[in-house]
Amino acid sequence: MSKPLLEINNLRIRFTRDGKILTPVRSVSLRVSDGERVAIVGESGCGKSLTAMSITRLSPTDMAMVDGEILWRGQPLLGISQRELQKIRGRQISYVFQDPTASLNPVMRVYRQVTETMQGVDKAEKIRHTADILAKVGLPDPMRAALAYPCELSGGQQQRVMMSMALAANPELLVADEPTTALDVTTQKQVLDLMDRLADERGMALLLITHNLGLVAGRMERVYVMYAGEIVESGPVSEVLTSPRHPYTRGLLAAVPLLDAPPDRPLQDIPGTVPSPDAWPEGCVFAPRCPYADDHCRQCHPELRCGNNRECRCHKEIF
Amino acid sequence: MKLLQADHVSVTYRIPGRAPLKAVNGVSFELQPGDSLGIVGESGCGKSTLARAIMGLQPLSGGTLSYQGRNIADFNRQEAKEYRRKIQMIFQDAVGSLNPRMTVRQTLEETLRVHRMVKPDQIGHRIDELLDYVGLPGKVLGSYPREMSGGQCQRVSFARCLALTPQIILADEPVSALDVSVQARILNLIKELQRKLGVTIVLISHDLAVVRTICEKVSVMYAGEFVESGNTLQVLDHPRHDYTKHLLEAVPDVGRALRANGI
Repeated sequence: MSKPLLEINNLRIRFTRDGKILTPVRSVSLRVSDGERVAIVGESGCGKSLTAMSITRLSPTDMAMVDGEILWRGQPLLGISQRELQKIRGRQISYVFQDPTASLNPVMRVYRQVTETMQGVDKAEKIRHTADILAKVGLPDPMRAALAYPCELSGGQQQRVMMSMALAANPELLVADEPTTALDVTTQKQVLDLMDRLADERGMALLLITHNLGLVAGRMERVYVMYAGEIVESGPVSEVLTSPRHPYTRGLLAAVPLLDAPPDRPLQDIPGTVPSPDAWPEGCVFAPRCPYADDHCRQCHPELRCGNNRECRCHKEIF
Repeated sequence: MKLLQADHVSVTYRIPGRAPLKAVNGVSFELQPGDSLGIVGESGCGKSTLARAIMGLQPLSGGTLSYQGRNIADFNRQEAKEYRRKIQMIFQDAVGSLNPRMTVRQTLEETLRVHRMVKPDQIGHRIDELLDYVGLPGKVLGSYPREMSGGQCQRVSFARCLALTPQIILADEPVSALDVSVQARILNLIKELQRKLGVTIVLISHDLAVVRTICEKVSVMYAGEFVESGNTLQVLDHPRHDYTKHLLEAVPDVGRALRANGI
């Protein structure tokens, strides 16, 4: 196997709050190869966003206790100086977040934000440069958009501005954290198609953080399923989504309303709720909600077992 | 008799210095008792304005809305109050739609008391019954909204609305803020309430698969108009309007995506 672009081993992220230690991320190991499309799926609070943030020590993970290993092209990122990290953050690894409105400065025209890092360049040149890169992300009338304030653009347009900023430095990895959750489905499709196309053209790797299994199914190659701070299952999308091995993955798939299911297909919910990060259960984290759990599951924390490109953290793994 | 009938309903917002905005433009539909209607469309299509109009919160600029054969604009105070009880709304932001300074018990009690739904000594009994309908354990009664999950808060919203024995529940994106596993639970709850209590459901959503799960009928809304209406399976499996097709194509559906990739 070729050397991975990004490798995370046994990542653990802890915070202290009110004298208590919270461990929102307990154990995450993952790999992204050159040009690969990888997704992390999970529900709110599973630690997927923190995992993504911790790669380049973005807030709030800069305030956390982070253990484990994060390797970028073999170079460890944990423990290197901010100065060193700066060379990677935004240049080799870029981010796009969920809410473009919150990510853009509302009182700054678009061209000034896009060219904030350019120095010694006059205004006309900045506007021209912005219009150029906005045109590449398919914004109609890029000149107008460059001069606009964020509020004058629609959500989809704002997200394209964010993407143009993220891609300006030709990163090798784009981390997209729920990039289209705030957008309408038709806009969502346009933005994702754009992201796909740009990744293809540049051979850029994608790490998509999402709760939406539909996006994973249609666009990604490999998937990591996260639950309560751990990877519970991983593998090629085509295998994980068609023959899930972990009961949580199965549960998620059975809970999704489908467009072509028989009309009387009951939706299966997963009983109970996600445990809180200051009190993970002792044994398997999913055991309290799992239909197959027995005493062994409740007492003994399962390890991630690997085989044939797939991993699963389950004692039962009956599937 | 028709429970609710919308006949060429229009709502126009007038903003000084701008052209009038036709948010809802000539929308017609009718609901029989026990019906379930899904209204789907993207942001800005007018679906929430339509919801406000149905609730009687937004004056119409054209057309009529009739409840049991009577124009709701003609209701006197007493009738208007009665109408507001018979039609209840559920919102997207479950936590935000509950009073943060009231426990679940206080929220439900207030509702029952203000509308004099049961005799004061029956309130406790009725509250237990309501919790039972929505599948919440009795121990949540002392909780404040912030102490509960989004799914639990949404159940409390349902309990609060059922407290008034409504005929119509108008749910505006009731599950879009919830996680998939919790979403399934709320959708199953809506189905069950429909089956057990025969309540009429109007579900406003951008999610076609959700509407397909719950609603027998669907109307697709675009730029203030219903562009396609009919039986849900018919419309979603054999869409006729280009916009419906466009919308369906954009949905990232697990089953369809896997099949498209030959898996």
